[in-house]
Amino acid sequence: MLFSAGGVMSGMLMPALLFLFGIAFPLGWLAAPTHERMAVVLANPIAALTLFALCALSLFHWAHRFRHTLYDGLQIKHLEEVIATICYGGAIVGSAMAAYLLWQFV
Amino acid sequence: MAGSPNYTDYHPRWLRRRVSTYWWLGSWSYFAFVLREASCIFVAWFVVYLLLLVRAVLQGEANYQQFMSWSATPAIFWLNVVSFLFLVYHAYSFFDAAPRAMVVHIGKTRVPASWVAGGHYAAWVVASAVIFWVLLRA
Repeated sequence: MLFSAGGVMSGMLMPALLFLFGIAFPLGWLAAPTHERMAVVLANPIAALTLFALCALSLFHWAHRFRHTLYDGLQIKHLEEVIATICYGGAIVGSAMAAYLLWQFV
Repeated sequence: MAGSPNYTDYHPRWLRRRVSTYWWLGSWSYFAFVLREASCIFVAWFVVYLLLLVRAVLQGEANYQQFMSWSATPAIFWLNVVSFLFLVYHAYSFFDAAPRAMVVHIGKTRVPASWVAGGHYAAWVVASAVIFWVLLRA
């Protein structure tokens, strides 16, 4: 469930966000929001919560998918425990960092 | 099959052929599958990028501007372009697979697959519009 939720959230929200912050703003195609505007947006509880959900769920989506890709793709089932720890552990650490950072705004 | 087989010491070994580590280079459909799965790496990269952005905003105007200049450096910019392409591919492949995973019924009739997929794409457009509106208005 976490996997599919992460996939849907990242599929819905990431393309637009990445287009803006990764391509349009750096190239100057569109005016980037000012620092004050960003602080205001991030202080909004709904925005902060959505961003946290996006980060956490996407990380778990990555963890699960990457783990199975390593097994199936590279045929390294013998490293099962190490891979699972790194993947899911990484997702947990990342989610904790997201929560910590976003909490500073609210 | 009734009952479970009672294996003895003399049961023959299963035929398990060793699969090559490079099996996925064998055909285009295998390669496309691995590409689709690898798109998750770029999902994780973008999470890291977003958290770096949030941290930069937290640290003040100067750090925010520095972050924006850093995103314009060629290495990061092209990484983001590649990530964007993979993310779009991820969204497209996920929404296409959604009807197979989500079987929706209204009363007794099954909702057609195209409606489930269409619903996902429509939500995608709406979500993107909201993001654009929140970030682009002065």
